[in-house]
Amino acid sequence: MIAQLISVIGQTALILLFSPLITGFSRTLKARLQTRRGPDLWQPYRDLHKLLRKGMVIPDTASWIFPATPYVLFATTLLAGLLIPTIAAQAPLSLFGGVLAVVYLLALGRFFLALGGLDTGSSFGGLGSSREMTISAIAEPALMLAVFTVALGAGSTNLSTVAESAVGQSWRFLAPSQMLAFAALFIVLIAETGRIPVDNPATHLELTMIHEAMILEYSGPYLALIEWSASMKQMVLMTLLVNVFFPYGLSADGSPAGMLISVLLFVFKLLILAFAVVLVETGNAKLRLFRVPELLAVAFVLSALALISTFLFGGHGG
Amino acid sequence: MACHWWARAASWTSRLFCGTALIAALLIGGAGLGGLLRGSELSWSLPSGVPYLNCAVRLDPLSSFFLLALAILAASVAVYSIGYLRSGVEGKSPAIFCSLLNLVLAGLALVFTAADVVFFLVAWEVMVAATYFLVVTNHEAEESRKGGLLYILMSRAGTGMLFIGFLLLASAAGTTDFRAMHASGDKLPAAAGGLAFLLLFLGFGVKAGIIPLHIWLPAAHPVAPSNISALMSGIMIKTGIYGMARVFFDFYGVLPAWAGMLVLLVGVVSAVLGVLYALMEHDLKRLLAYHSIENIGIILMGFGAALLFRSYGHPQLAALALIAGLFHTLNHGVFKSLLFLGAGSVLHSTHTRNMEKMGGLIRRMPATALYFLIGAIAISGLPPLNGFVSEWLTYQALLAGFGATTELTRVAFPVAGALLALTAALAAACFVKAFGITFLALPRSEAAEAAREVSLSMRTGMAVLALACAVLGLGASWILPAFDPMTQQAFGVSVSGNLVGGNGFILMAGSPQGGAVSTPVLAFMLVALSGIPLSLWLLWGRRQKRVTGPTWDCGLPGLTADNEYTATAFSKPLRMIFGSLFRPRREIQAEFEVSPYYPKAIHFESEIQPAFEKHFYDPIREGILRMARSMRLVQAGSLHAYLAYIFLTLILLLLFGVRG
Repeated sequence: MIAQLISVIGQTALILLFSPLITGFSRTLKARLQTRRGPDLWQPYRDLHKLLRKGMVIPDTASWIFPATPYVLFATTLLAGLLIPTIAAQAPLSLFGGVLAVVYLLALGRFFLALGGLDTGSSFGGLGSSREMTISAIAEPALMLAVFTVALGAGSTNLSTVAESAVGQSWRFLAPSQMLAFAALFIVLIAETGRIPVDNPATHLELTMIHEAMILEYSGPYLALIEWSASMKQMVLMTLLVNVFFPYGLSADGSPAGMLISVLLFVFKLLILAFAVVLVETGNAKLRLFRVPELLAVAFVLSALALISTFLFGGHGG
Repeated sequence: MACHWWARAASWTSRLFCGTALIAALLIGGAGLGGLLRGSELSWSLPSGVPYLNCAVRLDPLSSFFLLALAILAASVAVYSIGYLRSGVEGKSPAIFCSLLNLVLAGLALVFTAADVVFFLVAWEVMVAATYFLVVTNHEAEESRKGGLLYILMSRAGTGMLFIGFLLLASAAGTTDFRAMHASGDKLPAAAGGLAFLLLFLGFGVKAGIIPLHIWLPAAHPVAPSNISALMSGIMIKTGIYGMARVFFDFYGVLPAWAGMLVLLVGVVSAVLGVLYALMEHDLKRLLAYHSIENIGIILMGFGAALLFRSYGHPQLAALALIAGLFHTLNHGVFKSLLFLGAGSVLHSTHTRNMEKMGGLIRRMPATALYFLIGAIAISGLPPLNGFVSEWLTYQALLAGFGATTELTRVAFPVAGALLALTAALAAACFVKAFGITFLALPRSEAAEAAREVSLSMRTGMAVLALACAVLGLGASWILPAFDPMTQQAFGVSVSGNLVGGNGFILMAGSPQGGAVSTPVLAFMLVALSGIPLSLWLLWGRRQKRVTGPTWDCGLPGLTADNEYTATAFSKPLRMIFGSLFRPRREIQAEFEVSPYYPKAIHFESEIQPAFEKHFYDPIREGILRMARSMRLVQAGSLHAYLAYIFLTLILLLLFGVRG
């Protein structure tokens, strides 16, 4: 009981404190690849700190949905993070929800975020909500089918079981079904975290923004919570990818040295994935909104192929 | 004076009848609960004196479950109706309206308990006919008459199919008694058994609203008074589900795999197309009606999986899938009735069903908005409410199917799961639209501006259902053991022991390796984790200024309702993405004053093509009309010809009589 409490608190702290760093790392790296100096790694922390201490402006058209949204978004994203194995195969709350709970908790947060966008009455908010719900809806089947493929290989939708099933099979990710599912989930990751070529997190151009349009009216601490949740969501989805497909270093023993190695490996894996996302972002232009479904259709086909190859070759290679 | 007296009498009549309905509902609920808990069957019959009509009723676990669902919904609808009917029913006599309402409840209760084919069909027709009169309550409007006509026509076709299907089964059993008909489908030869299955599936499918037999549903549900819509979507279409459960799992001991595959396929198609059509609606009640089609699809996914598992010899998995389907039946009844009552309250206050004329109602009707939001979260399958639990069970059943069968058909299970995910995500998008456009931001018309909160009894009716959404979601693991008698009846196994763990707090997929979820823990953690931002706010934010200001609108002064996003605009991306399905048509006409940059007025029209009506039903209608025209040859209106026909018929009959 005590051990479980410690692991819950530890993972909460890890996600809360580490997630802005991934955002900072991506931004810095992106700037360097574009031969700009860019902000340094710690800028997201400064932004959050600054926003949390500022006053805020609430639109006079908004109802209680508007202030409730940041809290719901923050809590759902963080809770989704507690269901995912990070440094140990056993996630703190994995008993209480598997990958379906993760996906649906994120959906609950998105549901409120989209309502928050509509609540202000501004047409930008509606535009953002409409696009966000559309893109997430068509990303959903690809996400779920890829997740199912992995879950079927492991015989469980419990993420800790999925991660444990891979321990000892170092080359499992070379199985065709695993590689195809990874490719599908990578596309979904880009769509869900609002990165180029689907959405541009740095834009405030009216006609192209999605996520930014929904949160246009938020300011001060509420904005900080939403930005923080966006970082956490990115970390949650990235962790899902790296630990389901490359569960190296998920320490089974609780020794300090083992923990340290796990943490370092975990950070290393996340940064590699962040690097890959930045490479995609730098090498591509943003797609027109109505080309995004085609990209997500590719993801769906990839995950369908992953499923069929599980059927043909079995889920476990190597 | 007379008018005043009449209004008071009307108000008391409706109170009396709604009170009767409430008491009846509670009694029905008691019977249902008793039937479920008792485990053994109760039956009772009354000789009617009419040949073949044996008025037998029976309370077995399946009947008790549906009775209980009926009771929950009927009780809250009865409470809601007290306030809803206070101002009369669209100017009609509340006495007639309320007697019909009670007749429908009686019909429903008898449909769920009848234990004899003939008696079942009689109860079925009582329900159909009484509902027809309720649908056309507002018969001055052509829309109502058309919706009612379509409803009664489709129901007739459905009953016709049921008749033949039941006769085939009864002939195999040699009796019309339900108990003796258990597994009678297996005695029929394969072809006749398959035919009876198809006829009964389609016959009950008309009532349930499966695609492509759904067209009456979005026509009839919205035009009925809202308390009736809530009953129709909540429980009446579930008589189709009840019939299917009765036939699939009681009258057939085993069905070939194609039957399960067909049900699964129809489920998937109904779910995806139902939600896609719902997204295109901006009539609040039609939108909800299309969502009923979607949810019937989700229920049928569970039923289809259960049939497949049974034919592959996995009773445990079949029980899991059946529980998923039945639990979703109950859950959908609860949240859909809640949403229809919410829509009814909105309609009551704004006198419009058009979402483009609503907005800002959350400030004017805060309680209705809250209940509608709870229903919206539940129907979108979001945790921790009841929709999430039954969709989660459906996912687990579908995933279990991958390992349970050997052929390529097993790929169908995860693909069905992925399409269920698509359905749920689109439903969430649709309810962001429905709630956001209806309740949030600025009112889009004077009617919405002047809207008022509804009366206490209407709010109570909704509150009961909202509470039920929470209880069924958070308490699912304590409720699931109640399904054991039904799976025992259908497959001879009880699985709740495998589905519930962790002192009752955790819902499991039936195996230790399968997934697990715990809605109470998730809900608790959500509240606990909200403490983090709250404490940050207490730490820093409390002292900061909080200013209320106008919404930014590109620097233009003053946000007006014209600036707001509309329901049509909200669903535009999906209309374009699924353009090959919707075939949208739009027309824009602008009137200019001086230059094209300053339009005086813009007329915008957009509609989607109703594919099934156009490509499926129009040819059928044409065919029937053509046949009718050719009948005109013999029925030309000449009295002499008719007399000749009668004479000829008489002679023919006499000839037969002499020979026989």
